[in-house]
Amino acid sequence: MIQGRVWNFGDHINTDLIIAGRYLDNYDMSKLTAHVMEDVDPFFAANVRPGDIIVAGRNFGCGSSREQAPLALKESGVAAVVAESFSRIFYRNAINVGLPLIVCPQCIDLFHKGDVLSIDLREGSIQLAGAQKFHRFTPLPPPLLELLEYGGLVPYMKRRLNP
Amino acid sequence: MNRPKTIAEKILSQKSGVDAYAGQIVEAEVDYVMVNDVTGPIAFREFEKLGMEAERDRIVLIPDHYVPNKDIASAEQAKEMRDFARRHDIRNYFEVGRTGVCHQLMIDEGFAAPGRLIIGADSHTCTYGGLGAFSTGVGSTEAAAAFATGRLWFKVPESIKVELHGAFRPHVGGKDLIIRIITDIGVDGATYKAFEFCGPGVANVPVADRLTIANMAIEAGGKAGIFPCDHLTVEHIKDTVKGDYQPVSADDGAEYCQVLRYDLSQLEPMVAFPHLPENGRLVKDADVVIDQAWLGSCTNGRIEDMRIAAAVIKGRQVHPGVRFLVVPASPRVFRQMLEEGLMQVFMDAGAYISGPTCGACLGGHMGILAKGERCVSSTNRNFIGRMGHKESEVYLAGPAVVAASAVAGRIVRPEDL
Repeated sequence: MIQGRVWNFGDHINTDLIIAGRYLDNYDMSKLTAHVMEDVDPFFAANVRPGDIIVAGRNFGCGSSREQAPLALKESGVAAVVAESFSRIFYRNAINVGLPLIVCPQCIDLFHKGDVLSIDLREGSIQLAGAQKFHRFTPLPPPLLELLEYGGLVPYMKRRLNP
Repeated sequence: MNRPKTIAEKILSQKSGVDAYAGQIVEAEVDYVMVNDVTGPIAFREFEKLGMEAERDRIVLIPDHYVPNKDIASAEQAKEMRDFARRHDIRNYFEVGRTGVCHQLMIDEGFAAPGRLIIGADSHTCTYGGLGAFSTGVGSTEAAAAFATGRLWFKVPESIKVELHGAFRPHVGGKDLIIRIITDIGVDGATYKAFEFCGPGVANVPVADRLTIANMAIEAGGKAGIFPCDHLTVEHIKDTVKGDYQPVSADDGAEYCQVLRYDLSQLEPMVAFPHLPENGRLVKDADVVIDQAWLGSCTNGRIEDMRIAAAVIKGRQVHPGVRFLVVPASPRVFRQMLEEGLMQVFMDAGAYISGPTCGACLGGHMGILAKGERCVSSTNRNFIGRMGHKESEVYLAGPAVVAASAVAGRIVRPEDL
């Protein structure tokens, strides 16, 4: 179960906005988390808390294949990204590094900044704190859920190679 | 009798050994897996955690984003790649002097070829579709997995058929077509899909333009952009290709999810306004004063682009209010420019020429924009902050428009000079 506060973003949040190319001159996680989402919301990095949830519009994660983008979000404490749709490479990268993604049309109209959500990845449900109603989504296929539970592709492969 | 297949379905069937159609998930053997200096370090660290042998002959290591080293941080990053290459005895590592923008180098060094399945930890890996390969961008962790196994899972994409007719008019090319397509279908119009180009117009599209078009398939969300292999393709790679290759063509009656048709003779020079590649407009309707013009990148840094730009700027001068940066995409392009006298043309005009690097295309180094500055660029992305300050602006155009704009000081067509 994931529980956290909502941060809202719009359509086509590309990986340059998630972590700009100017911070990719070396792979330093503290630099990535210090500048995550900087060009779209300069206050995000300082205020994001473990468990927070991003709710965004269409085509989240479009652009570059940089895995630093989902890693920066995950390391900043983001527990899940809920969006109307995702770009292909970001989708794979996020699952591979263990960041849960949820495709939810109309999520941008349903959940607003500061709302608190509870997400059940296996059941495929999102509940807004204080509300009775559950919003349903199609859960990830079982192999991808398993991959997320291992914490990503490499821990998953290691376990498969050395059971 | 098998159902007819698209090129994407055929290549993924051959490489997986499964009779595969759009929507299926297959595990396929890749011919090559490439990483660059930005995506490499994560892949190297993840690979080491697996404790497996490297599939060393499939691995290609190309430093290009932050080399020559911009600063101490990037020097450490580039060193990580060099050390990995030594530790695992990987022959296909290209040191500064022999390296270039990764996708151009993959072509110049003969890794990219028709019918191959190539993955790269760089979103513009789709470029080799211009030669008839199925190639696509992946993440670093997936690249690490492929270092170990030589394999990766793929969802076989649906294909959008793009039928081309006619031929480009002068000063119009692949960049104008792909900006037109992205503007028509949107930056997520091809998400999870492959473009397959066909029709009588293909024979009139030079291979360099095909590479530009395939390169920007990702800017519509595409997984691949694939051209058929023809005599122009064979001619383009004959001196450089490594090993054998098997061209793949689509079957008659293959299923496509969408059909687009373009008459190349009706296209005009295009420019994509900030801050998305789908914001294409006709250059003749643009009225934008610029501070910088940038010619290079995996999109338009080939010798053919340099020739087009040089023909426009020859005998003219770069506008006093403009920095014109010319960045050949590979050592081979650089050498050809020298041999053909293009360096002289650009220097006479007052342009700055550098060695190969991705450089400013991704806001790395070598031509970063200050607050409020505007750049017309032959690159592929005009996102907020892409080439520098978040209040700078990038306008995407082809090489003829970039060169003409460098002279005029504002975004114009060559015929407007």
